[in-house]
Amino acid sequence: MEPAPLLTLRGMTKAYGQVVANDAIDLTVGQNSIHAILGENGAGKSTLMKLIYGVETPDAGEVVWQGNPVQLTSPAEARRLGIGMVFQHFSLFETLTVVENIALIVAGPKAALAARIRELGQDFGLDVDPFAHVHSLSVGERQRVEIIRCLMTEPKLLILDEPTSVLPPQAVGLLFDTLRRLRDRGVSILFISHKLDEIQALCDCATILRGGRVTGRVDPRAHDAHDLARMMIGRDMPPPMQAEPHPVGEVRLELAALDHAPDDPFAVGLSAVSLRLHAGEILGIAGISGNGQAELAKLLSGETRLSAARCDEVRLMGQGVAHLDPAARRALGFAFVPEERLGRGAVPEMTLADNSLLTAHPLGLLKRGFIDRRREAEFTAACIRDFDVRTSGPDAEAGALSGGNLQKFIMGREISLRPKVLFVAQPTWGVDIGAATAIRQRLVQMRNEGVAVLVISEELEELFEICDRIQVIHKGHLSPSLDARNTRAEEIGRWMIGAAGVAA
Amino acid sequence: MIPRLIRRDRASLRMAVLAPLLALAAAILVNLVLFLAMGKDPAAVFYALLLEPFLGWSSFSEVLLKTGPLLLIAQGLAIGFRAKVFNIGAEGQFILGAIFASAIPVYFPQATGGWIWPAMLVMGALGGALWAVVPAFWRVRLNANEILVTLMMSLIAAQVLNYLLLGPWKDPQGFNFPQSVMFQYDAMIPILLPGTRVNLSLLLALLSAVLAWAYMQRSFGGYQFLVGGLAPKAAAYAGFSESRAIWLSLLIGGFAAGLAGAAEVAGPIGQLQRGISTGYGYAAIIVAYLGGLHPIGIVASSLLMAALYIGGDNAMVSADLPVAAVRVFQGSLLVFYLAAITFVRFRLVWPIRKGGAA
Repeated sequence: MEPAPLLTLRGMTKAYGQVVANDAIDLTVGQNSIHAILGENGAGKSTLMKLIYGVETPDAGEVVWQGNPVQLTSPAEARRLGIGMVFQHFSLFETLTVVENIALIVAGPKAALAARIRELGQDFGLDVDPFAHVHSLSVGERQRVEIIRCLMTEPKLLILDEPTSVLPPQAVGLLFDTLRRLRDRGVSILFISHKLDEIQALCDCATILRGGRVTGRVDPRAHDAHDLARMMIGRDMPPPMQAEPHPVGEVRLELAALDHAPDDPFAVGLSAVSLRLHAGEILGIAGISGNGQAELAKLLSGETRLSAARCDEVRLMGQGVAHLDPAARRALGFAFVPEERLGRGAVPEMTLADNSLLTAHPLGLLKRGFIDRRREAEFTAACIRDFDVRTSGPDAEAGALSGGNLQKFIMGREISLRPKVLFVAQPTWGVDIGAATAIRQRLVQMRNEGVAVLVISEELEELFEICDRIQVIHKGHLSPSLDARNTRAEEIGRWMIGAAGVAA
Repeated sequence: MIPRLIRRDRASLRMAVLAPLLALAAAILVNLVLFLAMGKDPAAVFYALLLEPFLGWSSFSEVLLKTGPLLLIAQGLAIGFRAKVFNIGAEGQFILGAIFASAIPVYFPQATGGWIWPAMLVMGALGGALWAVVPAFWRVRLNANEILVTLMMSLIAAQVLNYLLLGPWKDPQGFNFPQSVMFQYDAMIPILLPGTRVNLSLLLALLSAVLAWAYMQRSFGGYQFLVGGLAPKAAAYAGFSESRAIWLSLLIGGFAAGLAGAAEVAGPIGQLQRGISTGYGYAAIIVAYLGGLHPIGIVASSLLMAALYIGGDNAMVSADLPVAAVRVFQGSLLVFYLAAITFVRFRLVWPIRKGGAA
């Protein structure tokens, strides 16, 4: 007789205001199974996991756990039943050691806990020093601590929310080994992802979500990526647009051995960062987040300035600009799309029209220091039209737009400045596949028109798709330039964890 | 069954207009209970507090007289508040304005000519702005919190005033009272409405409202202030200077408060004395917020607050209300307003009873 499924959800529904994040979702997770939840950003994956882990309570629906109906009213209740969750953003105290972090959740003397941590580490390939301080650990090690912390409570079901998004390619394989061992020892896993190849490599079952509904239940090993993608996005996957080699022009942006120690003690310092960006090329900066990308971006944009004596450490169009503010750099032909759209790239409480003014005011939107409302509205309407921003119009508040639409608006505004250097950080973060493709195509088009394009991204596939060259940032160091067409992902991965270049 | 706050798609204009009225209603209701508990007749209190100031030309002209300084100071403060630069020290800047303006008649008591009162206004505005230089400098230089520095500067200003009135500036024929000489005729701002004490400075205050409106609602400079207040990172991203916003906010606030202080000594008071301000600098904070930090709204709220001043005096005399009760009314008005403006961006949603739908 078939054993009762571990977890069954029937008709789970959750709405936030007008938005129905989960609409009557059914889900069955078997024993000893690695079950994928596949969907685009905004498909409702995270909401569903929060319902299972008791962070949110459903508006309707029932939960059956090992054959018994249960109410998941809190994470504590979920943990008591045997459900553990590893969040995408870790919840560890950086100033404490591994064992101290775990002691916050699990009772017991520290020596016993440390022994247990070592034991779990050996059993499941989760090697980590129990007495290391968390701030000294790599992202992959921190993830192991999170997983160990869940395993201490001996869960029957482990939920992992986009666990590979923070890992370099090499570490992904190790994580998968761990997950398979867990499955063989009787722990089922809910694996949330939007990466098709990972799901095909790891999972025996997949539930696909789109727009808050289930659009497919399949064995991912029996389907090819195209079928899965179609179920996920509702149409055929847009073909990737490989950037063709293209002759490059003069150097537009140059960093020469830039050192920077930020005031903020938690920020990453940069050391000897060098790059050269030419007209008509796309240079990608790869790397795991938190390795100095944010600091580098601020130095390039002018949100962080150096003293006038060091002005030549950042050169734009052949001119030393390290001491100039963002407006002055923009006047030289620099445009920047930051990774935080709300509150940095746009003011959420202001209308799109007023957000146009933020950087596009030199385009004749002012008349003797006063705002020309008519020109402002015209500019904004053109931006909305040309860049396919789905919104009610220039009067909509920026905060009311979806992430992808706001990104298209900000991209449009910055491209309208006709920059000579366009710098985009995380161009497609939280953007659905259709919009992401449009944004990437636009970047390639800019390059073909002779613009120098710099892209910071954590998505390696994205960088390989659009970039001519890639440099990798790790702990504030920037790797030498690598040719995107002749470099394998594994090599980029070695630079991402700082393992490359040491011998060379 | 606890209702939840849900963010609106966009700010509700209707609620923005309704919020001060709701706040007034709530303040009346709560203070009604307070007055009853104090054994006062609420009808008589509210009549004296809210209606009497508007009944009769002489009391209404006094309302207009108080509106002037409140309007002027609040317009200056509101510009800074919208940039999230919190100048709480308008009281001190007001006092410095009065002192600077008084320097002319104190040192030149015999001088005559039409230049005197305009010069006093200019001196006053400079004095107020000068007093705001200190907090602006420390905020930009050392990131010292401007709320604390401006507040402490107010205490210093009060002591400077005491020193001058008890020492060098004391009227020799003043029977040792801590006050300056009475100012000469040319040191007084001309009367605007004959038969009242309302002078030309009221027009200045109204002009400040027009200027503030043009600056904050129409100019790019005002826009930069708004961005700095709403999203400091966006201002940094765009390259709007934060130090510029801090300097301008505090200088404009000090300038306006100093001007109001000058207009007070060169107007209804006519000399420098300890009681030149009856808390205008603090009341103007309430006025600025009650007016939604909007130049037009502030015109209405300054009129309301001025009426409360006059009404408060009335209530103290006719309904035997202690001055603290008047302050409580003013304060509760602000508290309720701050609660009410939540609903401009949020709406209340009551949970739907479960079970019915399934």
